[in-house]
Amino acid sequence: MPKPLKKSRPLAGLLLPSLFFLVLLAWASPWAKAQEGPGPGLELSDGPARPAGLTQAVIESLVSSKVNDRDLAIAALAQDQSEAATELLRALLEGGLMTQRASQGLYLASPEGGYRELISGQPLGDLGGLNLRKVGINNRQRESLVSIINNRTLVSPDLAVRRRAAAALVASKSLDPELIRELLSKESDGQVIRSYQKILAIETLGREGAPEEEVLTALNFLGDNLTPEARESMRAYAESENPALAAAAQGAMARQDHQLQHLAFFETIFFGLSLGSVLVLIGIGLAITFGVMGVINMAHGEMVMLGAYTVWALQSLLPGQAGLALILAVPVSFVVTGLVGAILELSIIRYLYSRPLETLLATYGVSLVLQQAVKIFISSNNRSVETPQFMSGLLHLSDHLTVTYSRLYIIGFCLVVFLMINLVMKRTRLGLEVRAVTQNRAMAQAMGVNSKRVDTLTFVLGSGVAGMAGVALSQLTNVGPNLGQSYIVDSFMVVVFGGVGNLWGTFLGGLIIGMANKFMEPINGAIMAKILIMVGIILFIQRHPSGLFPQKGRAASL
Amino acid sequence: MRIFDLSTKIFCALLVAAVSFLSLGVLTPTSSFFHVEPYTALIIGKYLCYAILALSIDLVWGYLGILSLGHGAFFALGGYAFGMYLMRQIGAKSVYAASDLPDFMIFIGWDKLPWYWLGSHSFWFSCLLVLLAPGLLGLAFGWTAFRSRVSGVYFSIISQALTYALMLAFYLNNLGFGGNNGFTDFKTILGFDLRSNNMIGALLAISGLVLLLSYLLCRYLAVSRLGLVLVAIRDNEPRVPFAGYRVETVKLFIFTLSAMMAGLAGALYLPQVGIINPSLFAPVFSVEMVVCVALGGRGTLYGAVFGAIMVNLCKSTLTSAYPMAWPFVLGGLFVAVAVFLPQGLAGLFFPQGESKLKRAWSSLFGLKSPSPDLDLDWEPDDQELDDEAEPSSNHLSKASLAGPKAGRA
Amino acid sequence: MASRPCLEKPLPVNPGLPKNFSDYVNRTNQDDLPPPILNWETKRERRQKYVLFLEDISVSFDGFKALDNLTLYLNEGELRCVIGPNGAGKTTMMDVITGHTRPDSGEAFFGENLNLLDKDEVFIAQSGICRKFQKPSVFESITTIQNLELAMKANKTVFGTLKAKLSQADREYLASLLELVRLTERADQLAGSLSHGQKQWLEIGMLLVQKPKILLLDEPVAGMTPQEIERTTELLKNLEGQHSIILVEHDMEFVRSIAKIVTVLHQGSVLAEGDINYISSHPEVIEAYLGGAQ
Repeated sequence: MPKPLKKSRPLAGLLLPSLFFLVLLAWASPWAKAQEGPGPGLELSDGPARPAGLTQAVIESLVSSKVNDRDLAIAALAQDQSEAATELLRALLEGGLMTQRASQGLYLASPEGGYRELISGQPLGDLGGLNLRKVGINNRQRESLVSIINNRTLVSPDLAVRRRAAAALVASKSLDPELIRELLSKESDGQVIRSYQKILAIETLGREGAPEEEVLTALNFLGDNLTPEARESMRAYAESENPALAAAAQGAMARQDHQLQHLAFFETIFFGLSLGSVLVLIGIGLAITFGVMGVINMAHGEMVMLGAYTVWALQSLLPGQAGLALILAVPVSFVVTGLVGAILELSIIRYLYSRPLETLLATYGVSLVLQQAVKIFISSNNRSVETPQFMSGLLHLSDHLTVTYSRLYIIGFCLVVFLMINLVMKRTRLGLEVRAVTQNRAMAQAMGVNSKRVDTLTFVLGSGVAGMAGVALSQLTNVGPNLGQSYIVDSFMVVVFGGVGNLWGTFLGGLIIGMANKFMEPINGAIMAKILIMVGIILFIQRHPSGLFPQKGRAASL
Repeated sequence: MRIFDLSTKIFCALLVAAVSFLSLGVLTPTSSFFHVEPYTALIIGKYLCYAILALSIDLVWGYLGILSLGHGAFFALGGYAFGMYLMRQIGAKSVYAASDLPDFMIFIGWDKLPWYWLGSHSFWFSCLLVLLAPGLLGLAFGWTAFRSRVSGVYFSIISQALTYALMLAFYLNNLGFGGNNGFTDFKTILGFDLRSNNMIGALLAISGLVLLLSYLLCRYLAVSRLGLVLVAIRDNEPRVPFAGYRVETVKLFIFTLSAMMAGLAGALYLPQVGIINPSLFAPVFSVEMVVCVALGGRGTLYGAVFGAIMVNLCKSTLTSAYPMAWPFVLGGLFVAVAVFLPQGLAGLFFPQGESKLKRAWSSLFGLKSPSPDLDLDWEPDDQELDDEAEPSSNHLSKASLAGPKAGRA
Repeated sequence: MASRPCLEKPLPVNPGLPKNFSDYVNRTNQDDLPPPILNWETKRERRQKYVLFLEDISVSFDGFKALDNLTLYLNEGELRCVIGPNGAGKTTMMDVITGHTRPDSGEAFFGENLNLLDKDEVFIAQSGICRKFQKPSVFESITTIQNLELAMKANKTVFGTLKAKLSQADREYLASLLELVRLTERADQLAGSLSHGQKQWLEIGMLLVQKPKILLLDEPVAGMTPQEIERTTELLKNLEGQHSIILVEHDMEFVRSIAKIVTVLHQGSVLAEGDINYISSHPEVIEAYLGGAQ
């Protein structure tokens, strides 16, 4: 007689994910506190304080209908060294300053779009009734504004301001090379120096009768610079009659092309990775239910959708704390969709285990019901989900290679979730029991495994992971009732392509499909790429019916 | 032959009576008692087309055990093939009267027809295309699938991917099939006005006739020895090659035939509905039709027809009365059919299939039952039989894995 | 695969019987040979002589040798019993003969010219090698007589099947076969409702209507009552001479009652071959059967 096994506790398998969430929360909470500093109410007074030079006379000269009156205002503001005055001057230069003659009100364009009252900082809701007009300036004033602003920003002690200003200089046409050289000699920051060097090189190329040696140096320098204006300035030399110059220009341009190609390649890989991560995130839950249990859950996409709606719901409950809500959404969505999964398993799927085709139909019905329920009880329109600050913005890997934080986080999230699932499957009692039931249900039962409970828990795990995928997806696409439907076919393809019942297969399959998609997009267009991938997978499956990594066992007989 | 058994006779009689009543009713003057509104006739005609599609699904699912979630693709392809002819018929009556090209091609700046529109001006060529296009797709898809023995849910999933990929493709404007808007605004067939009562009556009658012929064809297949082979493949596919039949060839033949039937249904559907766009390729349409078959009772041809007509009748009634409720009803149907009615309504009313039906009718009309002493409740005396007597699905058999006692405990 | 009992214990090399054909050729001491089934012939002569010819067949799955240089010949009209412990390769041998499994090496011929190794299951079944599976596999949702009709030797292309009709002669033939397998009363019942033993008989009937030259029967009496076994014995004895039969069976009583020549397979090759008394007293056979169980 075999010794009776110790009492099985598959619930322990769910302990690991919970632990993970606790760690996440612990990490999130100090950050959340930091967020509380400039609370939502403070945002209104966040605008620049009223510049000291902004006297009534200055205001009148700005509001005046005569352009020449602005001289007074520019001269007055030029004396005011404050940040607010600089911003006002910049707005005047860039046409971002509006006025309403009747009330003598001045309005400043906000970087987020829309306008705010200059003095009080009140944002403006509706522009319709105000009849705003731009505060115009003439060319002379424009030039003097440019030099005032440049003088302020290019020598600003703030490195970021200096870098921005130097980079922005390239766009303006009327530059004094001597001034740049002077600035260059005083500058210590490498990035600013490169900006100045670029300006000087472009200036050299644009100058009539520049010495050949200087031109060659400039061409050589610009060959490593990938901006369009650098390329534009070299174009004329590529057809130069001087063979040495033509060769140098062509060589520089070829070098540029080469680097651009490399850049495009890395960008494609990154985009492919991020798309692949999304597919893996969605597919991994499916791989558990479909691959491990042999259940075809057509409502899987709706689980993803519910996960995305959890983010929306939490963000509505915690207004102004988008980041905290997003992080909370990870465990909450796991619980919510896990619960839905449990109900689904206990009420329907349990009765259909021996009939895969019927399971398919029943879960399809459930998906329709869930979609319609969301349409009725929430809305059939898309809901907007905020992107928290730590997920927005760009990470500069080099001067020209930037990646978005949101995609980077999703790739990381996918890796973490995948590793977690692997740990659950390989290291926990639940995982052991799941694998046992997968390989030989009768034998597992004989060893005291409660196979029904294992089925339920596996399904809960798969559905919960789908919910977490929804959290990730909410940061990439619109959150609407059809969110899941648009991914379900793709994610089934991923699972089948990778080999049913094989988590690593799903992982690699998802990444491969994501990459292939992104590499084909520039050639054939997005839709055609998708079609070709789909047809490719269909053909692949017909050649290798069990996918990349075939699996033996219960699922293999599907 | 045994084609005309009782259920077939009843079905044919009902169909012929109903269709001739309706299509003649359209022709009678409005004052007449027998008058049928053209609108009603068009709706009924549409249902008949769905019924043909349901038959084609039943042929591969009910008899061969292959669940195709992409039959809508063949239906839509047939529709598009005939739509090309209808678009050419618009000709000079279009918005851009100056050109012979369909309007949407002028929108995207084409100045001549692409090669695959050649011949679309000919009615007979188009009729051929209606069969050939879905048939060839079915043949190619089936050939790759069956040869490598893709079956079960795998087949379902890749057939769904097929129709999904086609949907994406047909949404492209420069594929030359009208993109998002598809084909619409048809005027004539063979020069006859499409909206005249005569035409509406004729289309209904033709749909009825095609349904009747498809039904009889399926019935002929089912009672032939090939029908036995189909059922054998459904029940126990691995054993069939040892009986000397080539499973792939049989599957391919039936699948292609079914695809052509679906295409024909799509072609008849188009002039009665008046519009076709890529949404017909959407997987949900195909799955909805599968549920029609499942609800009516797969493996019984009349069940498929009945299910298609009933589900779509419910759909039009409910979507106009309670537009929000229909998806709930449909979703509920999916679940109910899968969990409670694996044999569909036909299985509910006639649990043992045709023999019970025969008996029921026989007793109703006092006829002599063909097999009066058939003992259907005969219990096998062998213990091991319980293991073998699982439902016909030869995929995952949980109960058989769980051992003989689990099911009864 | 891991549960095969005999794998761990290496068998002593059997001096009495060579493992494969080349060993036969190299032998010098003719006195040690078991009842001779092999003379000095060319391959072609052997193919002409036997209805089924298997030489040096090897099959391995993931490194496990299911068949190891198996050599077996079957005479026209012979009834041969093949026995052997679990995992000896009996079912794999049938898989190879019916084209279900391609061997890694070796030769298999049906008659003089039909090379079994480049034909598929369907072709082999149509040309007259029919197989009954270990687990009775009839088509359960058609009737008994339809099962027989389905299996009947005929034009089995798609269109041939579509147009096929039962002639009066066919009906009589089917009726006589039903009589033979004692299923006349059950003719119009669904095959799924038959008892286990009846399914076994139906499957034998389904082989016979194909008018096969060779019948492969995998455990035809498994799960039968003693009375049913008796009737089956009778049935098979009637078939002897009309068909060549290979019969795989565990039930030694049944084998004893029916067999003339018994082949013992062990670890994928022939361990011993001879009449039942020779086999049952053969020390290595006893060792093979009992050795693994100890």
